[in-house]
Amino acid sequence: MNDYVIPEKLRVVGTTPIRPDGHDKVTGRAKFGDDFHLPGMLHGKVLRSPHAHARIKSIDTSHAETFPGVHAVVTAADFPKISSNVIDAGEAGQIDMQDVADNCIAREKVFYDGHAVAAVAADNAHIAEEAANLIQVDYELLDPVMDVRSAMADNATVLHDNFLPGAFLAPTEKALPNASKLELAMGDVSAGFDEADIIIEREFTTETVHQGYIETHIVTAQWGANGMVTVWTTTQGQFAIRDQLALVLELPMSAITVIPLEIGGGFGGKDSIYIDPLAVVLSKQSGRPVKMVMSRAETLRATGPSSGTYIKARLGVKIDGTLVAAEFHGAYEAGAYSGGPVAPGVSTALTRYNIPNVKIEGYDVLVNKPKVKPYRAPGATPSNFAVETMIDELCRELKLDPVEFRLHNALKTGDRLVLGFPCPEIGGVEILKAVQNHAHYQSDIGGPHRGRGLAYGFWFGAGLPSSADLMVNSDGTVQLCSGSPDMSGTRITLAMQAAEALGIEPNDIFPSVGDTASVGYSFQTVASRTTFATGIAVYQAAQDILAQMAERAALIWQIATDNILIDGGRFVNKTNVQQCFTFKELAGKLVGTGGPIAARALASPEGVGFQITAHLVDLAVDTETGKVDILRYTAFQDAGKAVHPDFVEGQIQGGTVQGIGWALNEEYFYDGAGHLKNTSLLDYRMPTILDVPNIEAVILERPNPGHPYGVRGVGEVPIVPPAAAIANALYDAVGIRMNTLPMTPAKILDKLNSITD
Amino acid sequence: MKYQTPSTSKEAAVLIQSEPGQAFVLAGGTDLMVRMKGRFVEPDLLVDIKHISAMQSIKKLATGFRIGAAVSAAEMGENTSLKKTWPGVVESANLIGSDQIQNRCTIAGNLCNASPAADAVPALIAAGAKVNVVGAQRRRTVAVERIITGPGTTSLRKGEVVEAITLPKRPPKSGDAYLRFTPRSEMDIAVVGAGVSLTLDSKMVIKSARVALGAVAPTPLLVPAAAQAIVGTKLNKAALNLLAQACCAACNPIDDKRGTIEFRTEVAGVLAQRAAKMAYQRARGK
Repeated sequence: MNDYVIPEKLRVVGTTPIRPDGHDKVTGRAKFGDDFHLPGMLHGKVLRSPHAHARIKSIDTSHAETFPGVHAVVTAADFPKISSNVIDAGEAGQIDMQDVADNCIAREKVFYDGHAVAAVAADNAHIAEEAANLIQVDYELLDPVMDVRSAMADNATVLHDNFLPGAFLAPTEKALPNASKLELAMGDVSAGFDEADIIIEREFTTETVHQGYIETHIVTAQWGANGMVTVWTTTQGQFAIRDQLALVLELPMSAITVIPLEIGGGFGGKDSIYIDPLAVVLSKQSGRPVKMVMSRAETLRATGPSSGTYIKARLGVKIDGTLVAAEFHGAYEAGAYSGGPVAPGVSTALTRYNIPNVKIEGYDVLVNKPKVKPYRAPGATPSNFAVETMIDELCRELKLDPVEFRLHNALKTGDRLVLGFPCPEIGGVEILKAVQNHAHYQSDIGGPHRGRGLAYGFWFGAGLPSSADLMVNSDGTVQLCSGSPDMSGTRITLAMQAAEALGIEPNDIFPSVGDTASVGYSFQTVASRTTFATGIAVYQAAQDILAQMAERAALIWQIATDNILIDGGRFVNKTNVQQCFTFKELAGKLVGTGGPIAARALASPEGVGFQITAHLVDLAVDTETGKVDILRYTAFQDAGKAVHPDFVEGQIQGGTVQGIGWALNEEYFYDGAGHLKNTSLLDYRMPTILDVPNIEAVILERPNPGHPYGVRGVGEVPIVPPAAAIANALYDAVGIRMNTLPMTPAKILDKLNSITD
Repeated sequence: MKYQTPSTSKEAAVLIQSEPGQAFVLAGGTDLMVRMKGRFVEPDLLVDIKHISAMQSIKKLATGFRIGAAVSAAEMGENTSLKKTWPGVVESANLIGSDQIQNRCTIAGNLCNASPAADAVPALIAAGAKVNVVGAQRRRTVAVERIITGPGTTSLRKGEVVEAITLPKRPPKSGDAYLRFTPRSEMDIAVVGAGVSLTLDSKMVIKSARVALGAVAPTPLLVPAAAQAIVGTKLNKAALNLLAQACCAACNPIDDKRGTIEFRTEVAGVLAQRAAKMAYQRARGK
């Protein structure tokens, strides 16, 4: 791990230049998934299962095939049975690619309402849809398993006779017919609880939620005459799409080029394939390019969701407020195939407190819902909700200030984590002190049925591989190409880091997102990693550029390269300081001194700066209807170094709003047969602009020594504490302790009635 | 699918009556287009009523207001005279969907779509609105509460088209209000709606009242017992309690993704009380 010497004064990093992609995005000129067209393009539509759990007895596609205007029809029979299906995903353990393929198109069984069973390519989308509905599928219905506790019960209907235990962040082991398990421990829990003066144990449930990206999944694929495949798609990771396509279609990775279009939101849910392989095979069969656009209903039924959970936790505290022991049991939905966010969910449940004795168990549970996908700090919102509301309860029981209690127990740099290593540089204490000193915390809440709540949140983030190319143009401008799709302004945050390193202005740099044929391998834009990890790749490429340019200056002045001083975008002859080139001047001399200069860096940084945050919320409750009105919201977060503070603020606000949705209204609503009943954004109630107040972001900067400018990831942790902060404020306002998400008006009213009856 | 733009109500009625397949009236299209897109309906004929002059305006007559069936909710919001006389009715129309939806949608469409949760309908029922119906052979006038017969069904016969909705002449010291409960602030569908219209005597005692509820039964409900609970009172606490009790007793809701039976029943009483208070204040001129 590198420990960088972070410059005290930065010239570009920390300013707020205008993003180069912004104007095209707000004027509608940017090309998103649905803006892409090819001549002769067909349109594909998917036939989806109306059942939550069923065996496919037969599929008759003959009526669809002969329908006028139809060019190709595919079912799972048109896809290879994958020969080497288990791939090693590094830290994540192993992934069964057959599961990935079967999730795209059901092979023997359908595992959720909306599971794809066939696809049609036709002259237009209406014909494709009509033809898809002519496909006859004979199903043998099986009992659906719709929540973690029934899936884990004795005699539960079994989804898969065999499955590879789910792996995301940490491996699990098969423990039950529908579940695999992981355990983490530190210290001696029973001794710890013996030491405790107060022990509380509580149970929680949370419902399945969706990432809610506004742009649905959209892909266009072309099977070329030479067997080369090109895919244009809206994704968080062009390389991930390429690799997954290659594995499920048994094609060489080099035969597939994935071109990323602009992305209208992802939040973790656009990191993998769904309709992509269907479009590729439809294109192969029809000999024409095929475009597929998911509807909102398809997106809600068949993609994305994050786990519903059942959680049981036990905390032991001494009378002075010292946490001495904790047990945490979290059962997380995996959906139809194993590999949900249980590991990051349970391993961040307590990480922000220094508790000596901890026992954690997590279950990755198969249920008849779509295969869950990462969603912004995957798994952490439910576990934080559980633990932070229990901490609030302990504070009240012990009559301790909620900030002081957390300060007393806060995880500090060097404390041992339950994952077994010491905590790197972390700014938790500064965050909590910033809460104490803020006008919001000190203000009078005023009015009846109003309350204030605090929650403290933690998230890891990740490094992982990233690449960046820099090329110097003869006029001194620079092309920057990375493999990281831009979801949140990362074109400019990467350009700013390049400008800082090269000593030039950010608007002298043209940043772009490369396709898989034109730039080095990069992991997805996920895990709050792009400005951090791709930023390091950019920084390293910039160092290479500077070194190469210094060589040219040395060549021109006929001196040793050691005698070149690089200082703020100038190259100076140390032996004759009158001799000096600006970056632009030297760029103009490259062609005559050996040709243009370019550099590529592939970085896989490990010095990830953890994300720590505290959220403070004031709200009012209508005690007759259970409606919650959020009055004031302040989010405090350590950004390490905010490269572009406006976008850090945007991430904090966006994540918080998603957390508010999770807290108050958002949930998948299934009927008894496992049909999803709210397949529109009317009834899947994400907050609107009128449902949230201005969210004040307080950015603190405790530099991460693992990045040359001290950057930490910032994108994920804002979604972690809102549910708990709101639950704690509800208690403060009206004395009810909520143990379930979402905290809908009906649940709040019910709870209010139960305490007044 | 055929698309027609008749210029008279009679012509529209004849077109629909003579269509052997499925015929639909198209006003703002904010419900119909969504249903077509979702393939819940597949019309053979669409009759667009926006070119019929008798349906295009709001008129203040000696007998009250006449709101053409093709008048958008946004136009209602811009009519100051209507807004002053029937604030509750206008508010209900201006709660439907969003600004964009209100630029298209109509209260006649809201009524004929026959959703139990239609926002405009409880306010119209409370107001004592009447519906001018044009058929191929004859015209008739129907009380608004007699139009919806169940979720998605109406008492209109094939070939009958709503031409206008009329609101009665308003005595002095009258007020109305409509309130709905939605989990979100907007872009949502009523989990409960309550409309109240009332008139006071010179001593500020409620002389007459009508109370209607939405989203708590298969159809929007007129609740005479709720009105009786407040007539003859100055809306004191006892009257409000009786009003809430009568509303809760009238509820026959379902449990669904939008709300539970218990919640809808309890909140119906709460909203009726609040709407009554608001209507009362308006009637007092406050």
